[in-house]
Amino acid sequence: MNEEFQDLYREIILDHNKSPRNCRTMENPDRVVQGKNPLCGDNYKVYVKLDGDTVSDVSFEGSGCAISKASASVMTEFLKGKSIDEVEKFFNLFHEMVTGKLDVDDCFDEVGKLAAFAGVAEFPVRVKCATLAWHAVHTAVTSEEAEASTES
Amino acid sequence: MTTPKAPFDVQKIRKDFPVLNQTVNKQPLVYLDTTATSQKPYSVIESVSNYYINDNANVHRGIHSLAARSTKKYENSRQKIADFIGAGSSRNIIFTRGTTEAINLVATSFGSTFTAEDEIIVSLMEHHSNFVPWQLLSERTGCKLKFIQITENGELDMNQFDLLLTEKTKLVAVVHISNVLGTVNPIEEIVAKSHNVGAKVLIDGAQSVPHVKVDVQKIDCDFFAFSAHKMMGPTGIGALYAKEELLKAMPPYHGGGEMIHTVTKEGTTWADIPYKFEAGTPNIAGVIGWGVAIDYINQIGIDKIHDYSDMLTRYAIEKLSTIDGLTIYGNAKNRGAAVSFNLKDVHPHDVSHFLDQKGIAVRAGHHCAQPLMTELKVDATNRASFYIYNTFEEVDKLVEALKEVKAFFTF
Repeated sequence: MNEEFQDLYREIILDHNKSPRNCRTMENPDRVVQGKNPLCGDNYKVYVKLDGDTVSDVSFEGSGCAISKASASVMTEFLKGKSIDEVEKFFNLFHEMVTGKLDVDDCFDEVGKLAAFAGVAEFPVRVKCATLAWHAVHTAVTSEEAEASTES
Repeated sequence: MTTPKAPFDVQKIRKDFPVLNQTVNKQPLVYLDTTATSQKPYSVIESVSNYYINDNANVHRGIHSLAARSTKKYENSRQKIADFIGAGSSRNIIFTRGTTEAINLVATSFGSTFTAEDEIIVSLMEHHSNFVPWQLLSERTGCKLKFIQITENGELDMNQFDLLLTEKTKLVAVVHISNVLGTVNPIEEIVAKSHNVGAKVLIDGAQSVPHVKVDVQKIDCDFFAFSAHKMMGPTGIGALYAKEELLKAMPPYHGGGEMIHTVTKEGTTWADIPYKFEAGTPNIAGVIGWGVAIDYINQIGIDKIHDYSDMLTRYAIEKLSTIDGLTIYGNAKNRGAAVSFNLKDVHPHDVSHFLDQKGIAVRAGHHCAQPLMTELKVDATNRASFYIYNTFEEVDKLVEALKEVKAFFTF
């Protein structure tokens, strides 16, 4: 098995795929956004609770591949307590990292566990998997839309 | 399990397919995605480039030598295709971009007289190409769509089909061989029963023509749609077979050049069939390449192709069944060369990505059959499919790699 593939599915991703965090329905969320990849069928609901402009809780439920599920799981852990501006900042950083526009070494301190997904850049077909939940949370905090897709 | 003996020299055949001679991720390519599209032999590839190198001219439009030559090759191909499916006459073969356009042609043209009183029956194992055009027609005309259910084994529920058929049924549209379950449907029985109530029948033959001997006159279907690229021909070309009286009665599909007889300010009269349905400059190179693909199939023999694909499929099913936690979807007695499966707790995209690292190409996804995925209660499946250039060793590689997938993801 080649190194890039091993790196992509490093322990964090395999672990979050097996035991996803914050994988639950939320009671009384402020925002719920459905994220779908029409081509591959990945499908998640992302719930957000806001306290002012701070994300006080974020969770998800649904089904998809290991990359999409682990990404949703790591994202929910990472974003709890962040402001809406920070959500947007990390949405952009994450997108740049998984599309190879940003070297993970240049943002490692900032992105923390999200760095686990840097290997996605080696596999362009998996970018949509990694970013699906992020598109949903981005839609949740920036619009009134109920659906997000990675096509936009 | 010992491997059965192939009815032809597979290694010799593999040499005809240049694309197979490569490594993917440092491993020899194992191409198990023929159901999505087949690979092309040298003879087909060369016929397409030779056309552009030597003969390129528009068809049916010129007196000069090149125009005559390209028209002759183009129409020879139409005849080969007609002969290959037992169409009787090349007049019954209309070139389209593929199976999808052939079905859309029927929905648009034959469907143009449908009303809210009419009913169409489709099955729940259809590819979207034989599903969505009927939904669109239903939206346009108000006609009603009814669905044939699927049994546990992945076969059509023929008892339930009997209940759907009424004198309101205008059309029954079903797939010959499922691209997901591999099921070979009893289309002759479906045609006979449908004709009893006066309904016409369209068969989606995209997966059957490459694998089994098809005789559209014996089947007695009214429409039969199929594509070149699934049978070693070029992409972007396919055909609709239809009975002559239907083609004569149906209005044109697209307007433009070639499909006309006389055009005046007051109106236009149509060319004879099949040209009435072929507006614009066609995919000439594609048609010529398709004819050469049929020559290639005929040299081997469609029956031998079927027997060998069947050997590979049965071998694969037996081997795959030994993997703990692997589910195969579709268990029809009469089946084609596609095997859909899932590994417990590993998403098909992850499986397919892992297999790609081993040089193994399988399909992962919903296979353009979302209503069927809903019936099977899955989001997606993996699918391996087999053809003349695959080997028993490649099936073994798939099985071994799947065991590694399990170990990797369930650590």
